[in-house]
Amino acid sequence: MGKTLFEKIWESHIVVEKQNQPALIYIDRHLVHEVTSPQAFDGLRMNDRKVRRPDLTIATMDHNVPTNDRSLPILDQTSAIQIKTLEKNCEDFGIKLFDINSPNQGIVHVIGPQLGITLPGTTIVCGDSHTSTHGAFGALALGIGTSDVEHVLASQTLWLEKPKTFEVRVEGKRRNPHAVTAKDIILSIIKNIGTAGGTGTVIEYRGEGITDLSMEQRMTICNMSIEGGARAGLIAPDQKTFDYLRNREYTPKNYESLVDFWKKNLKTDPDATFDKTFVLDINEIAPQVSWGTNPGMTCDVDESIPSPDEFSNGDANQKKGAEKALEYMALDSGTMIEDIKIDRVFIGSCTNARLEDLIEASKVIQGQKVASNVNAMVVPGSQMVKKQAEEMGLDKIFIDANFEWREAGCSMCLGMNPDILSPGERCASTSNRNFEGRQGNGGRTHLVSPVMAAAAAINGHFVDVRKLDLN
Amino acid sequence: MEPFQKVKSIVTPLDKVNVDTDQIIPKQFLKLVQKSGFGKFLFFNWRYDENENLKSDFILNDSKYDGSKILVAGDNFGCGSSREHAVWALDDYGFSVIISSSFADIFFSNCFKNGILPIVLESTLVDKLQQETDLIEVDLENQVIKTNSENIAFEINSHKKKILLEGLDDIAQTLQFEEKISSFEEKSTIPSVL
Repeated sequence: MGKTLFEKIWESHIVVEKQNQPALIYIDRHLVHEVTSPQAFDGLRMNDRKVRRPDLTIATMDHNVPTNDRSLPILDQTSAIQIKTLEKNCEDFGIKLFDINSPNQGIVHVIGPQLGITLPGTTIVCGDSHTSTHGAFGALALGIGTSDVEHVLASQTLWLEKPKTFEVRVEGKRRNPHAVTAKDIILSIIKNIGTAGGTGTVIEYRGEGITDLSMEQRMTICNMSIEGGARAGLIAPDQKTFDYLRNREYTPKNYESLVDFWKKNLKTDPDATFDKTFVLDINEIAPQVSWGTNPGMTCDVDESIPSPDEFSNGDANQKKGAEKALEYMALDSGTMIEDIKIDRVFIGSCTNARLEDLIEASKVIQGQKVASNVNAMVVPGSQMVKKQAEEMGLDKIFIDANFEWREAGCSMCLGMNPDILSPGERCASTSNRNFEGRQGNGGRTHLVSPVMAAAAAINGHFVDVRKLDLN
Repeated sequence: MEPFQKVKSIVTPLDKVNVDTDQIIPKQFLKLVQKSGFGKFLFFNWRYDENENLKSDFILNDSKYDGSKILVAGDNFGCGSSREHAVWALDDYGFSVIISSSFADIFFSNCFKNGILPIVLESTLVDKLQQETDLIEVDLENQVIKTNSENIAFEINSHKKKILLEGLDDIAQTLQFEEKISSFEEKSTIPSVL
């Protein structure tokens, strides 16, 4: 019987295998950042261990770096200590670091692909759940905890139980691909499968609706696999993948021979079977807006907020969850999404802060101004994205519209740095999580695409971007 | 890691589904560079009001649950961020067993690295245990939860069970496979980053 792409990558990385036990899997790329690594390096020191393969390990600082003027000192002392700690750890253990002043600094999941560090068919780990992003290149990319970070630093391997396979087939063509984006596809998937729908599985996204997407859009899809509970998300590499990674700063020298190998090997066999399948038809799909406190609590922009009964389908616990969510979000069932007024707009994060995201958002706001009661900011995913955007004049479009134009980092996606919502503030956000307090204690997050966020900034409330001329 | 012993305690019922790791330990506490001391920040936004006074309506603040070592929560516990700080906070607070009808994968894996036993049970059994007011005993060796009225068997992967019962150092175990790792590296065709 044929094999799935996941099974092929898995099998080619087994170091030790025993029946009914986890397998020891080799890790080809380890990405490190300041928040989930200090205790791991401490563990190495306590046990007198070294980093086995510094040449497969790359570090940057993204989670708690300020996004304002980089020449200023970091005021938050605990953040400053964490950043200094990463610098020292990288120096002590011989790891390449893109620090706060590096032109390559940025969100770890944005810079990996941009630098050609992410490669098809590889195993990639990082102490961050959104590592799934790299699956867009046909890599098996897993988020891990700090103990596993230490384990990979010490051994370049991980003990893993083999996940099940989950096919998500996206069929059809979007009528208006500028208004209905990759973000709307993945939010629709999560709305349907639920936030635990992918638990214990690796998703392979397939079908015309996926192959039509650019690499940056595919990253948006794979990025939110974890929001559907999956261990990882994968897309088989194709010509777009190979072209994207060619001639990047760290693209391997023998790239073309690697491409030949990948073309032959990195695809699911026609007769392979998956443990489960979900099919989404995107012909009629609408822009999505989350209304609750997890990404599954999402509806179409032209709908009203469902009642807890409608949402829960008879599940008492889900109903209670929806009631709590509406209370936290200060929203009533039956309210039209387009009638929800917002205070803040955040265009950023590893989900939606790449160049295409900024180009698409800029089309919506060109020549207009942010609504007077709205505070809006753009935080590019990396310093490279920022530079490319500035070369295209996008910064000017955003600044002229009264958006703040910032330096790269995770920023208000998780609010570890000074970029946070105040209690009660409502935000249209291009990030990935609308959990209680995620963007600031008491803050209320609505997950949307970059074009939806931009349109909300101009209008002060959500609008259906299918009504706008975006071509 | 200390070997996992039998646990006898009352249960703390956390009657919520989809408890994410942002709730278990909010981001402002992720800036610390050590593993200890996270217990006081556990469920911070649910436990404390804006003036950092204890909220009377949150279960952990009810003194009858003081000293409880067993948390029983709704479906999909530990979803979201991979932050192991969530497990460090639960451990530091005093929980050594977490029971739910399902766990998010990364959280589940993180538990075993820190000597915490996550137990998956049918949701009807989870609901029942949330109502339990007497002491219960969790016996990992025999894979059974003993209440006054019944014995509830639970499943666990034999490898994970061994790690907890023996308190094994994961990395030391792995490094015994040094030869196999080296020979894998010799055959690998994936180039270095640098």
